[in-house]
Formats: sequence, C-alpha cells, structure tokens
Amino acid sequence: MPSLDDYKGQMPAWCPGCGNFPILKTFKDAVVELGLEPHQFTIVSGIGQAGKFPHYLKCNTFNGLHGRTLPVSTGIRLANHDMIVIAVAGDGDCYGEGGNHLLHAIRRNINIKLFVHDNQVYGLTKGQASPTSMEEMKTKVQPFGVLSEQLNPMALAVALDCSFAARSFAGDISHLKEMIKESIKHKGFSLVDILQPCVVFNKINTYEWYKKRVYHIEAGYDPTNRIEAFKKALEWGDKIPIGVIYRNNRPAFEERMPIIKDKPLIKQGFDMSKIEAALKGFY
Amino acid sequence: MDYSIKIGGEAGQGIQTIGDTLAKVFSKTGYHVFTHQDYESRIRGGHNFFQIRLSNKPISASRNKIDILVALDKESILLYKNELSEQGIAIYDSSALRQKYEGKKLLDVPFETLAVEHGKDRIMANTVATGAVLGMLGLKLDILFEIINDIFRKKGEDVIKGNINAVKAGYDFASKNCTDCSFSIKEPAEESLMLINGVEAIGLGAISSGCKFYSAYPMTPSTGILNFMSEKAEGYGIVVEQAEDEIAAINMTIGASFAGVRAMTGTSGGGFALMVEGLSLAGMTETPVVIALGQRPGPATGFPTRTEQAELMFVLHTAHGEFPRLVFAPGTPEQAFYLTNKAFDIAERFQIPAFILFDQYLADSAWTFGRFDLSKIKYNDYRLRGNDFKKLGSYKRHAFTDTGVSPLAVPGDARHVVVTDSDEHDEEGHIVEDAETRIKMVQKRLLKKIPLIRQEMSQPILYGADKPDIVIVGWGSTYGVMKEAVDALSPPRPPLIKGGQRGGIAMLHFSEIYPFPSSPKFLHILNKAKKAICIENNATGQFARLMREETGYEFKYKINKYDGRPFIIEDLIGEINAVIG
Ligand SMILES: Cc1ncc(C[n+]2csc(CCOP(=O)(O)OP(=O)(O)O)c2C)c(N)n1
Ligand SMILES: [Mg+2]
Repeated sequence: MPSLDDYKGQMPAWCPGCGNFPILKTFKDAVVELGLEPHQFTIVSGIGQAGKFPHYLKCNTFNGLHGRTLPVSTGIRLANHDMIVIAVAGDGDCYGEGGNHLLHAIRRNINIKLFVHDNQVYGLTKGQASPTSMEEMKTKVQPFGVLSEQLNPMALAVALDCSFAARSFAGDISHLKEMIKESIKHKGFSLVDILQPCVVFNKINTYEWYKKRVYHIEAGYDPTNRIEAFKKALEWGDKIPIGVIYRNNRPAFEERMPIIKDKPLIKQGFDMSKIEAALKGFY
Repeated sequence: MDYSIKIGGEAGQGIQTIGDTLAKVFSKTGYHVFTHQDYESRIRGGHNFFQIRLSNKPISASRNKIDILVALDKESILLYKNELSEQGIAIYDSSALRQKYEGKKLLDVPFETLAVEHGKDRIMANTVATGAVLGMLGLKLDILFEIINDIFRKKGEDVIKGNINAVKAGYDFASKNCTDCSFSIKEPAEESLMLINGVEAIGLGAISSGCKFYSAYPMTPSTGILNFMSEKAEGYGIVVEQAEDEIAAINMTIGASFAGVRAMTGTSGGGFALMVEGLSLAGMTETPVVIALGQRPGPATGFPTRTEQAELMFVLHTAHGEFPRLVFAPGTPEQAFYLTNKAFDIAERFQIPAFILFDQYLADSAWTFGRFDLSKIKYNDYRLRGNDFKKLGSYKRHAFTDTGVSPLAVPGDARHVVVTDSDEHDEEGHIVEDAETRIKMVQKRLLKKIPLIRQEMSQPILYGADKPDIVIVGWGSTYGVMKEAVDALSPPRPPLIKGGQRGGIAMLHFSEIYPFPSSPKFLHILNKAKKAICIENNATGQFARLMREETGYEFKYKINKYDGRPFIIEDLIGEINAVIG
C-alpha cells in the first residue's frame, strides 16, 4: 500500500497561505486512500501557479504548455488507457488559453480528470483578470473593472453534457477529498472546479468570502437530472453550491474507439509482416 | 513511346475517377506513368484538370503537349486546344457540351448516349470516355475489366455488367471513328508497376515504421495522409483522431509519444503556424514526433489547392528557443516512403521532432515504381520498456549522457516515475532556475545531438555528368522535372567523359536538408561548375539562402517559379537554356 512518504516532492514555490497548499495535501491523501502508486497515474499540467502542482508530489508528470493540458492528456489516454490521467490547470489555462480543448474533451468524453485550480485570477503573471474573475474586479490591466461576463464552468459543463461536473473548495478539505476520489473513480471526462483563494492577487474572493457563501449540495439532490443540474449550476453569489452538480453514464471515448476497446494501444505490438498487404494495394 | 492525356472539366464531373482509372490500367499493364493534378478550391464547378503521361521508359514529370484530351466542359477545349500535339486528338460529347466543334483534331463521342444505350445509365458516361481513350490508344481491355470488377464488386453483377458494356461501347466507337488516331503503343517493358502518390507514400512509410497514432486537422494538401491513416486504422491498429485544431493535433501527438507509441501529425503551412509552440514543446521535452508538412502557396490562405516550396525557411527557423530538428524533403513518392521511415527512426533515436516537408505537387502526383523494398525499412524500438525499465535501480528521464540522448522510458511500465517539463528542468525533469543546469541541458539537448544527427544525413543525389560544367540544384518535389531536364540536355550517348574531362550537365538534388549534410563533395562540384543554377518553386530562393548560410556558396543563377503551378519539363528546359546561353 502506498503511503504519504511515497508522495514527497520538491519544495513548493507558492506564496505562503496560497490555496494551492490544501489542494496538494488533500490530493495526496486522496490518492493514498485510493491505494494508487505514483507510477500508476500521470499528471499533465499547464503553466501557471497551478501548473507547478505535479512537481510538488511524485508521479509521472508531463508539465506542458499553457492551455494545452487536455490535448496532451488525450494523446496519453489514447495511447495507454491503463494509465490514469489527471489534468491540472489554472482557470486562465483551461477556460481561457485552452478553452477550445475543454469543449472538445467534454464532447469526446475521454476519461481525463480535469482539476481546475480556480482562483479567479491570473496568479503567475501577477493579477490580471481571468475568465472567471467577477465583473467588479479591478486590476492593473482592467482599471475599469472586468467588462466581460464571468464564465460559469459548471453551466458550461452541464450544457455540454459533461459526464461528471463538480465544484469544491480548497478551504473544505474533507469535501475536496471526496470530490477528487469521486472524480478519479468516474469513467469518463470529469471536471472538478476547485475554488482556490489567491491570497496575493485576488482581494475579492478570499477564504472569508468563499466560507460565507459555499454550502454542500443538499442530500436528495439528483445530479443526473440535467435540468435541475443546470439550475444548480446557475447559482452563484450569496450562495455557492459545492458537490457533484451533474453526472451521466455516457460511455467513455476509449470504450467506443474500436482500435483500443480490448487492449491499450501501447500493448499492441507492431507486426511488420502485415505491411506487405498494404503495399499490394498499390499494384 | 511517350503520350500525355489530359482530362479537363468542372469539379464534381469525375475527372479524377477517369484519371485514376486510366493511370491504374497503364501501370498494371506495365507502363510507366506520371500524373499531376490541377484543381480549384471548390467542390462543384470551376475548372480542373488531371494529366497523365505514359511511356515504356521511366518518367518523372509532365510535358506541355497533349496527345489525347478528354474534354468534359467547353473550357477544356478553349484552354487546351493549342496544347494538342501534332497527332493530338480531343474527344468530347457534343450533346453534353451543347456544342459541336469542327476540325480534324476534335472527335465527337456521344458519351452520354452510349452510356444510356449500353450501360443503361447516364452516370456511366465517364466509363464510356475511359473506354474511348483506350480505344484510341489500341490498348487491351482486360485489365480495365478487372479493375471494374474490383471497384463494383459490392454493387453487384448488374452494375459491373453495365460498366463493362459502357467501356466496350466507348472503345468500339473510338476504334471505329477515330480515323485520325495514329498512336502506336509499344509493348510494356515491365510486368506490372506500382502506382503511388506522395501522400500515400508518406502514409505507407508511417505505417511501415510502426506509427500507431495520427492526429490532424484537415488541411490541403496534407488531408490525403489523414485519409490514408484512417483507412488503415483498423487493419494496422492505429488510433487516428481528428483534433479540434492544429494546436490540439500536435499536443495529442506529443502526449501519445510520451505515453510510448510512435506518433505523427500532418498539416499545411497555416495549420503548422498554429503548431509552432507545440514544436518547441517537443524540442524541450525531447519527445519524438514526426510532422508531415505539405506546402501550398501562401501567405495566409493563399492558393489552397496549388503548389509552392516556400516554407523551407519557416520550418527551419520557426519555434522559440534552440533545439534540434530534422527536415527531409522527398523528391518522389519512393523517397517519401523511405524518408518517412528514416524520420521515424531518427526522431525516436534522438528524441527530436522530424519533418517530412512536401507540397501539393508531390502530394497529388502519382508515379510508377517497381516494388518498394520492405527489407530496407528500419525498425528499432529505442524506448525503455517492460523489464528493461523495471530492472533499473533508478531512473532519470533527462539524465546527462555522452551523446545527450537520455533513456526514453514508457510511463507505467515500472515503479519509477517519468517526469518531463516545458520549463527548463533537471535530470529528473523537475523545474529549475539555475544557470549551471541550464548550460548542461542546452549542451545535452542541442549541442551534443546535432553533430550526431548530421552524421545520419545522406549526401545530395548527383545525376548526370560526373564532372559537370552546368549544375542544376534543387530540393523536394522538383526532383523529377530536373532529372528529365538533365536527360534532355545531356549528349545523346551518355558518359562521354566518365572519369575524364569536364563537361555536360548534372543535377544535385537535396532531400535530406537539415541538419545540412556536411559539404566537401557537392561543394567541390558546385565550385568547379561553370554555371550552377538553383531551381525552386518559390519567389526568393530559400534553398539558395540556406546553401549560403551553411556553406558560404552563393548561387549566381536562379530559376524561380511562384505562380502556384509546378514546373513543366519543356518550360524548365527553356529557362535553363536561357541561363546557359
Ligand atoms: C502561450 C502563453 N501565453 C502566456 C503565458 C504567460 N502565462 C503564464 S501563466 C498565465 C496565466 C496564469 O493564470 P492561471 O492559468 O489562472 O493560473 P494561476 O497562476 O492563477 O494558477 C499566463 C498568462 C504563457 N506561459 N504561455
Ligand atoms: Mg488562476
């Protein structure tokens, strides 16, 4: 059985008090509880404060480009779907720079677990607005406040029939742990939007701000009801629901792709003797 | 014997089907064939042509005279009447074109009426035309019947019979009525030849190299590879995924390669522009990828369906930062096949991105060859897998080594983790900021590898006189037309001067372009020549610039063509003669 010792990583370069610390700690607890070994999964991360995440634990890691976690993850899954693939991205990374990939990863329903460290700001580049920044937020670059409407990742996910969409909060680690575990267990694309206070650049959405507003979605809520889920997804402001907002049983892409249905691509050898037949097609 | 057939018409009229079928009949009969296509970026209407040259000797480019013109629209007659050779004849259907033409060179063949009468369906008009061409040439029909049987097997006996009758009707009509037909067909020199175009050859090269993953976004002229790979996906266990955009295509390719399979993507200049950051990612993470880049005339959308060689500088210099890359520019489908294999091998061996740089002309031109030799295909699995990986005491993805090449392990195969980063990283793959590691990583990733990769590069092909006075130089798809120009401009009985005096003309053709092959031999040839001419399908002479950058050699003479069309033999010869004086 793996233990937390197996997951010791580099020294984090995050600011003291950063909402990423509890996410890191909780993630390690979750994978240990799931009995996962570091070599059994790959974290694909982007660029940003969130993107540094995999260096601070131990696991297969592809720390790629800003915005491109999902296509790299897709390539890995298609080549080897025995490998658990977790994409870790910032809100700018995944809802801004890489927005197109999100739409299509949800459509494919490829079995990637996307954890968005949503601090509602660009942390690494020092405080510009992100797609999830609230409209009143003023920054050096948005001196008149954010003029574009705040992106609602949960509503987007429900609209696209995302097979698993949940929200959690870095300040509620037992909830977060459950969401991470649920997500990893889910067979299909899963989006977990994690509210993550940025103590340096986001003076609006602080720990206090979130704590006053977040509430656990009531028992009895049916996350498979898409219409109800859409209503739930639209809640934001005085009350912010956390928990599984929507889920369905769409079969994952890997199960539908005939070439790899029975065996991961990586396990299918290369048979040179079959090439002669392809050559024959030309004479 | 050397005949050219041109089929002209609107998009959607089926000129490609007639062209492909005729080319197949000729190659299966054992004739050498060269086809080239000219089409507009539209699905219906406009004007397109398909040109086929056939001979009993090897050929490698198109000529400017036509012996048989199949005109499916009026435009074809208007445009190509003057291209007809002395014995050239145009066939057309006056009822379909609603026009009757006078003159010995224009033969009215009722394609549609014959199709209805003999094939029982107007749709077989093109089949009648195909039969008519064979009738004019006096070729036997049995091979065409075989092809028809193959194509229509699923559609049933009636369709097969209808088509066969339509062919016969066209054949008989032409045999009887083409009183001015004076073609004399020689016996073919070979039994039967393989017929393959550039994109098929790249695809075949990829599957022969164990490529397991192909992701792309459709863009002419690379879409043919996407089609080919999709067609082979099931039989050869290849995952083919149409990405949401080219950024995704290259990042998926990198992901698949990181996970442990051979992976490739393909695009054209505009799509490649979107891939550029991903190219740099492959460079930094030392992830092997093969990129097939099909050039078409730019800037921007340019001429979507035409040809140009204007992305050499782009492919060599694009992407931020310094990292090694491999660039091959095949001159023929045969070279495309073997070079794609070599690209996969070197990409994986040195863990770098490798390019197959081609263009619309090579993509769509079909050539005949003997058989490709699968024993020349190299397949070495350079990855660290399974037990070999398990048995290591420790593992560092980017370990410093003498060659700069670190072990490329398959994540998940052992308990060691595989870590890589687009940030500068240490041997384990973790982010660093220090200068010392940076210097060592640049040396490992770039400086140590480049000389080793350069050793793998073959010299350019020298064709023609061995101590030439005149040297024509080119790269990529101009190989065939330059070769024919050398043949045409060489003295009739070849090496007058082997080992002896200087004289004559030769071609230097580069298909292995970067790292630029080390130079003394070809540089000697260039320096000794009276005139060396760099021939390129672009406006500025990009290869000439590369030559100067790499060797200091400066071309005094250049022939550049940038109208979006390929070089045609006679035109090129004319331009070469103008330089020679
Ligand atoms: C192509 C590209 N554009 C811009 C950047 C600069 N950049 C790095 S991170 C970032 C935004 C970070 O915001 P977010 O994704 O929300 O991550 P956070 O730092 O807040 O965790 C930007 C703009 C980059 N690295 N690459
Ligand atoms: Mg952020």
